[in-house]
Amino acid sequence: MDWIALTLSLRLAAWTVVLLLPLGVLVARLLAWRRFAGKGFVEALIALPLVLPPTVLGYYLLVTFGGSSPAGQAFQAVFGRSLVFTFEGLLLASVIFNLPFAIQPIQRAFESIQPDLREAAWVSGLSRWETFRRIELPLAWPGVLSALVLTFAHTLGEFGVVLMVGGSIPGETRTIAISLYDRVQAFDDRSAATMSAFLLAFSFVGIGLVSHLTRRIGSRHG
Amino acid sequence: MDEAPNAGLRVRLAQETPIALDAELTCEPGEMLALVGPSGSGKSTILRTIAGLVRPRDGAVSCNGETWLDTARGVDLPPQQRAVGLVFQHYALFPHLTALDNITISLGALPKEERRARAQALLALVNLSGFEERRPAELSGGQQQRIAVARALARNPRVLLMDEPFSAVDQVTRRKLQRELVQMRRTLRIPLVLVTHDLEEARMLADQLSILHRGQTLRRGPPTEVMSRPGSALVARMIGLTNLFDGVVREQRPDQGYTMLEWRGRLLEARYDPAFQPATRVTWVIPAETVILHRRDRPSRGERENPVSGVVDEFVPLGELASVRVLVDGADELPLSFVVPTHVARRNGVVAGVSVTVSLLADGIHLMPAEARDDRKAL
Repeated sequence: MDWIALTLSLRLAAWTVVLLLPLGVLVARLLAWRRFAGKGFVEALIALPLVLPPTVLGYYLLVTFGGSSPAGQAFQAVFGRSLVFTFEGLLLASVIFNLPFAIQPIQRAFESIQPDLREAAWVSGLSRWETFRRIELPLAWPGVLSALVLTFAHTLGEFGVVLMVGGSIPGETRTIAISLYDRVQAFDDRSAATMSAFLLAFSFVGIGLVSHLTRRIGSRHG
Repeated sequence: MDEAPNAGLRVRLAQETPIALDAELTCEPGEMLALVGPSGSGKSTILRTIAGLVRPRDGAVSCNGETWLDTARGVDLPPQQRAVGLVFQHYALFPHLTALDNITISLGALPKEERRARAQALLALVNLSGFEERRPAELSGGQQQRIAVARALARNPRVLLMDEPFSAVDQVTRRKLQRELVQMRRTLRIPLVLVTHDLEEARMLADQLSILHRGQTLRRGPPTEVMSRPGSALVARMIGLTNLFDGVVREQRPDQGYTMLEWRGRLLEARYDPAFQPATRVTWVIPAETVILHRRDRPSRGERENPVSGVVDEFVPLGELASVRVLVDGADELPLSFVVPTHVARRNGVVAGVSVTVSLLADGIHLMPAEARDDRKAL
């Protein structure tokens, strides 16, 4: 078992969730309730990582983040580090390829909230922020929870994008999925088996937890 | 209660799109105004405009001397700043909160430690003490409606708005909730606005009716007045009056209190109405309850009053009362409907096919401007 890779993966997943969830809630709520020109285009763009081969996504991120691109140069100038083959670059890639996993469940959850509940809140004297905090967010909570677990588990398992953008630097960009591949290449079957079993168990428990909690909250709301 | 000249609710709305509105209404403290009209007549939109959930192109809303909306001056307070209580058609209770919390959440203006006691008092007001910890899904439709009313009252509103508040419950519960509302009204010294498509409900509960059609207030007044003197054939049809006929005004007799009306070659005495010159074509209506069946065995008083004969076309006993339709002069196009106690109808041998004579009480005959052909098709 590659503990360094596991720790790195957990750190990456945690940071991805921390950055992505607030953004996801914001974007999902906008997509659920607002009508604007180009909404279909935005939704398609967000869903793209679901169908795009991870290596394709990885390639474009690599090009975008690279030292010869404006984005890469700007990051380099501000933080004195490169975006490619670093943890920061990996995190940014992770946020991007997890967009659909975070946004879609939350968007569905917001869409299922009756519009008259918000109006009832306003008429009850709740400001828009209070309405969001005390009515919308609690009602959308199952969706947020799904997004959290899906994003976390998906980050642990992502391979193609990570390899393209991060490479395989121990302690910096070598995640558990990359490490697993390395172990198989090195005929280290024991380690590979342990790590595979861990990822399998983690994913299974995560999905089970989400469906259980979602059902419990759902039955409470009737 | 203070009787300031601008106390109560004043509403004036006008716009072309998205829903045409041309409405004007007022409601005094303690008064219940019913907005009645078919679906799409704009009644819910008017209610939502008062609450600040919809903004009209052109309009003004003031309540208790406070201006909530005045498009001319650019005033448009958000719902949070308007002291309204709104009962939604499907109640819109917060599903994740208990009954008590659904009410407490509206008490943001009170100090924290007073909220619980106040919410308990409101629950008691709507007869739901003991249901504090239930969630909406665990309450019956009638109980949910009561929570919605309690929540609407929690803000100490200056006006209580109710959007079809009885439409989502069964008949028995509806009667009960309506009685409770009548009871509660005695303690509420604020304007109450009720939106309904149920005319019976409006008649029973409201002090004032406002009849809406395509966003326009067509007629307004106390229910008995609107029902007996609708003012236009369109309103008469909207409120379900069926005895509508065309006639010509022949003579005004103010000294006797009659306007003489010619109808199918006979002269009828109608209640005096100076608005129509002799020779004016009119549409007239007579409410079913002012059509009196003559007894067959012996004549009674009042038979001199506008006697009209015809053949019974339809006789439908509905429990204690029976609905009778008579074809006047045997003519198909002139059905005259009225209601008699079933036992009276039986005693007088009223069945389909027999000839009967009725009196059209002069006081019940209401003259209106002649109805244009298109209006007839409008409904």
